[in-house]
Amino acid sequence: MYQYDRYDQAMVDARVEDFRDQTRRRIAGELTEDQFKPLRLKNGLYLQLHAYMLRVAIPYGTFNSRQMRKLADIARKYDRGYGHFTTRQNIQYNWIKLEEAPDLLAELATVEMHAIQTSGESIRNISADQYAGAAADEICDPRPWAELLRQATTFHPEFSYLPRKFKIAVISSKEDRAALRWHDCALRIVRNEAGEEGFEVYAGGGMGRTPFIAYQIRDFLPSGQIFSYLQAILRVWNMHARRDNIHKQRMKILVHDLGEEEFRRQVEEQFAHFLTLGTDFPQAEYDRIAAYFAPPPFESGLSDDIDLSDPDFALWVDRQVIAHKTPGYAIANISLKPVGGIPGDISAEQMDLVADLAERYSFDEIRATHAQNLVLPHVRKADLYTVWQALDAAGLADANLDLVTDIIACPGLDYCSLANARSIPIAQKIAERFADATRQRDIGELKIKISGCINACGHHHAGQIGILGVDRKGTENYQLLLGGSGAEDTSQAKITGPGFDEEGIVDAVERTIERYRELRTDGERFLDTYRRVGMDPFKEAIYG
Amino acid sequence: MRLLTGNDLKTGAVIWWTGRDWSLHVEDAADVGEAGEAILQAEEGTRRVNTPYIIDGSETPDGPRPAHIKDRIRALGPTVRPDLTLKPADPAAGDWVI
Repeated sequence: MYQYDRYDQAMVDARVEDFRDQTRRRIAGELTEDQFKPLRLKNGLYLQLHAYMLRVAIPYGTFNSRQMRKLADIARKYDRGYGHFTTRQNIQYNWIKLEEAPDLLAELATVEMHAIQTSGESIRNISADQYAGAAADEICDPRPWAELLRQATTFHPEFSYLPRKFKIAVISSKEDRAALRWHDCALRIVRNEAGEEGFEVYAGGGMGRTPFIAYQIRDFLPSGQIFSYLQAILRVWNMHARRDNIHKQRMKILVHDLGEEEFRRQVEEQFAHFLTLGTDFPQAEYDRIAAYFAPPPFESGLSDDIDLSDPDFALWVDRQVIAHKTPGYAIANISLKPVGGIPGDISAEQMDLVADLAERYSFDEIRATHAQNLVLPHVRKADLYTVWQALDAAGLADANLDLVTDIIACPGLDYCSLANARSIPIAQKIAERFADATRQRDIGELKIKISGCINACGHHHAGQIGILGVDRKGTENYQLLLGGSGAEDTSQAKITGPGFDEEGIVDAVERTIERYRELRTDGERFLDTYRRVGMDPFKEAIYG
Repeated sequence: MRLLTGNDLKTGAVIWWTGRDWSLHVEDAADVGEAGEAILQAEEGTRRVNTPYIIDGSETPDGPRPAHIKDRIRALGPTVRPDLTLKPADPAAGDWVI
């Protein structure tokens, strides 16, 4: 994985000291909150319901055991013993004190971490396939491109005061594990007929108040021209964005106002200009960055056999273990979705354990997923049983990947100042209703995603079953949506009808799932059945 | 009744105006009535409170309670982590919140 050079370290250290001074001035009354707020947001520090919240960047979801141990230390020292993995492959802490935030950031900097670009009107943490570098189905590791773009855009003056936040994702497989087309700009690495690497480019996606699925605006962009193309996209947005209206500032609004063809035309026009400037990454720079992502020293000649005589282990392998590109190795998913738990939450002790396992069994690599789980990307199949036993002892061995209890949920009204309704208790109640493992497996793949407000941090638009919490005259109310997808078959979920209270939404989800079980044919996922039969049979089951 | 609340500048903790000072406990909150805006303006200058605002509440036998669910959750702590609320040892402490 990427390691800071002296320039990176110097920049991050300087930023910490800047923020230390800004914080001192705020506490001393030299800065008003209006003056200070944009400064703290540029360092990932929000003010939430109960305290300040710090969101720490995990670039493309990749980190190591040293960093995970530091995150655990921070949870103990500056927070209340836990952290929360987010839908942008980051981690956030809910109980931070402003007066301690500079010291916290200084500690993060000692392990090459920071909270820059986790908030504000900037290019946010660039996300990627959580199985990058390990997936059997990828063309190449997408992370060098994500890292190059991260370096090129961080502190870039044109991208420091964008009209609104801007989200980028990069993958290199047909299977989309990064919700690609829900991003402002999405890149999928492909090969053309000549065998050359390039990008499919998508633009104009996003969730929130006005959801849009990104258009494909380029079938094939030579990989060496990506920075020119990205600058062209951002230039068009920067020129035309509706800075006068906060609800119309995201690029998706511009793309859909201009229309796909006109947006593409303007981007291509700017692209031609940027190509003349010579700002693209030299091959040597790509090679330098790519070297950091060289495959670890995999052993050869390992067996692919796994002893599945322990039935609980066999169930875990069946659900949580994914094919690796290297014989004898596997990708192990760690669920952060225990029944009754809080999706994405992890204790400091559990962080330490995952760090130990990564160090001993996964070439020191950990991944955070946008579905709020973790991954050990490079585990010898012969070590899987040992890893599973350790996870099981720590409450981290649920076998529910992509099942009904593997629910994405935003922090909601329990923590978030923007939320209108609680998300976590709904996730907990649904998980408890479907706790029976046999029932979960019988239902099969079913991705439930819950947001506590229209900002959609819980990705409800992309939920096969989505739930949106709203405020109805001071009372929590939950809308039910069906048919969304964040995968390669991207689709936007549609609202079923009138909303429900806290208990009613759980019953409605159960009636939806039971109707699916009645209607499905062999091998059909929930989403397949929904697409075949449409909304009406489900509305009938839900509303009678 | 009207309550004045905000977050402590240094710690971010939820605080309530008691009539003379700020408290972590909503039970200590005073009815600021029509004087709320003036107190808010004055207290913002003291650098103790961040983003103060005035809310509706009601007096109960157990003390003042905010009207809106968001402020009721703020008053005690996250409903999903009773161990992290202001009254972790009292399992019934949150009965009035939801």
